Amino acid sequence: MHIDKDLVAASATPLVLGILAEGESYGYAIAKRVGELSGGRMQWTDGMLYPLLHRLERLELVSSSWGTSDAGRRRKHYAITAAGRDALAERREQWAVVADALRRVWQDVQERPAAVTERWA
Amino acid sequence: MPGPRLEAQIDQWRAYVRRRQAISAADVEEMEDHLRAQVDDLAVTGLDEDEAFLVAVKRMGNLDAVSREFAREHSDRLWKQLVLVPEHPDAGGDGVGASRWRELAVVLALAVGAGLAVKVALGFVDGPGDEMVLARNASLLVLPFLAGYFAWKRRATLRVVAAVVAPAAVLAVVLNAYPFVPAGSTEVLAVLHAPVVGWTLVGVVYVAGRWRSDAGRMDFVRFTGELVVYVTLLALGGGVLVGLTAGIFGIVGIDLEPVLEDWILPVCVPGALVVAAWLVEAKKSVVENIAPVLTKVFTPLTVVMLLSVLPVLLGGGDLVAVDRGLLILMDAILVLVLCLLLYSISARDSLAPPGFFDVLQLVLVVAALAVDGVMLTAMLTRIAEFGLSPNKVAALGLNLVLLAHLVGAAWRALGFLRGRRGFASVERWQTRYLPAYGIWAAVVVVVFPPLFGFA
Repeated sequence: MHIDKDLVAASATPLVLGILAEGESYGYAIAKRVGELSGGRMQWTDGMLYPLLHRLERLELVSSSWGTSDAGRRRKHYAITAAGRDALAERREQWAVVADALRRVWQDVQERPAAVTERWA
Repeated sequence: MPGPRLEAQIDQWRAYVRRRQAISAADVEEMEDHLRAQVDDLAVTGLDEDEAFLVAVKRMGNLDAVSREFAREHSDRLWKQLVLVPEHPDAGGDGVGASRWRELAVVLALAVGAGLAVKVALGFVDGPGDEMVLARNASLLVLPFLAGYFAWKRRATLRVVAAVVAPAAVLAVVLNAYPFVPAGSTEVLAVLHAPVVGWTLVGVVYVAGRWRSDAGRMDFVRFTGELVVYVTLLALGGGVLVGLTAGIFGIVGIDLEPVLEDWILPVCVPGALVVAAWLVEAKKSVVENIAPVLTKVFTPLTVVMLLSVLPVLLGGGDLVAVDRGLLILMDAILVLVLCLLLYSISARDSLAPPGFFDVLQLVLVVAALAVDGVMLTAMLTRIAEFGLSPNKVAALGLNLVLLAHLVGAAWRALGFLRGRRGFASVERWQTRYLPAYGIWAAVVVVVFPPLFGFA
């Protein structure tokens, strides 16, 4: 399913922070987890994840360290910081307000579909 | 276990990503890990390696867009940074770090050596006559250290060393054994021309003896241009530092000037030359050459300058009365025009078709020739009137050497613009002609003094 890129950009930060709040992770696993959480309906452009992670690191919302994968490759791991948890909590409140407003608007549209069709008719 | 075909594909992808300036080596490594993990997962679902690789690369997204995102996050990476010595001794592997440190040690030792050579020579100076002796020998005191750096760096063969040391020895003997008349003009001319001879010899070491090679000569031209820029920058920085220090010492009542004259200038100026040479060598491939950029700015400005000078000269009245200093100024202008020409040629893609800038350059050369034609007429009438003197012959000779250079350049540039010949011939003319300056300088140093009775 195609999701508008502005929407992807807006939701990317809370998603990444939320996934890291579950525990330390690395790029590919984060991208995979986004797929799982959205039931495979949300697909990121994988390359874009890394500039985002670096931005979060610069803002000190996440910290990084180099480790080794099972296959013996070098792998960069990311963990959420205390500031990151605060930011996540704040984003969560903001999104709750947005989601709540959206839910009501969907409800209104469902309850009065006739009004819409009437106008188009 | 990934097959060799996949490894080759990943190698190719890595090289492709690595070309983007905004994406660092660590980022590429991070993304490669992602790519490999993705390929592994896709392979489990039944895709073969080729398909899995294609899907994984596709999912990575448009690299231009990704690179733009990286650039937004790391804008500093778009500025090329010069790493002179690695921060970690083992960075880069293969002992690269250690050899960089060794080079730094050699450079510093040579820089200190050049400074001390001048300082020691200054110690022998006693009276104004000795000052001229020092001035004659200045290039012989400093340039060997610079040449030594390149001999070390290029692992010069014994033949190259001999080919440079022998003429340098002759130069040293001539400069010191000639019975120059005190304050005579042949001595001043020798002082002015000896560095050009010395620089030519440095060039032979720089190209490691391939002095017949056009490409080698052009490299030395590029090096010289960048060296001038870097020495200027070092001098500016050093001046600010000395000024601030002197200010502070002045406030507490200590005069820095004796120290400045006795130690800082004689030791630091020659040292700065060697250090600048090392900086230019190190930055060669990393940072854009600045000299050609300057030519782009100053070529149109110089055209305007020459075109405004021409009517002033023509309307200036009696050409015989023209000041002698004007001829020296003219030589300076011709040298400037030649440098502009040479440095833009040194940076030009020799396969590109003729463009607007090539036309502009031809205009520049023709304007310079016109101005020089007027001046030369003035000079010749002057010589006819007042006879020859060493200064006049030296200035006239340099003028003729420059003139031949410019005429040849104009002729070839015209041929290039009309599509009659390739750019390579324009370039070749420049590099082939360069030794003429070294030879002329050697003539002034070696032949002029006996010719004019050392006056």
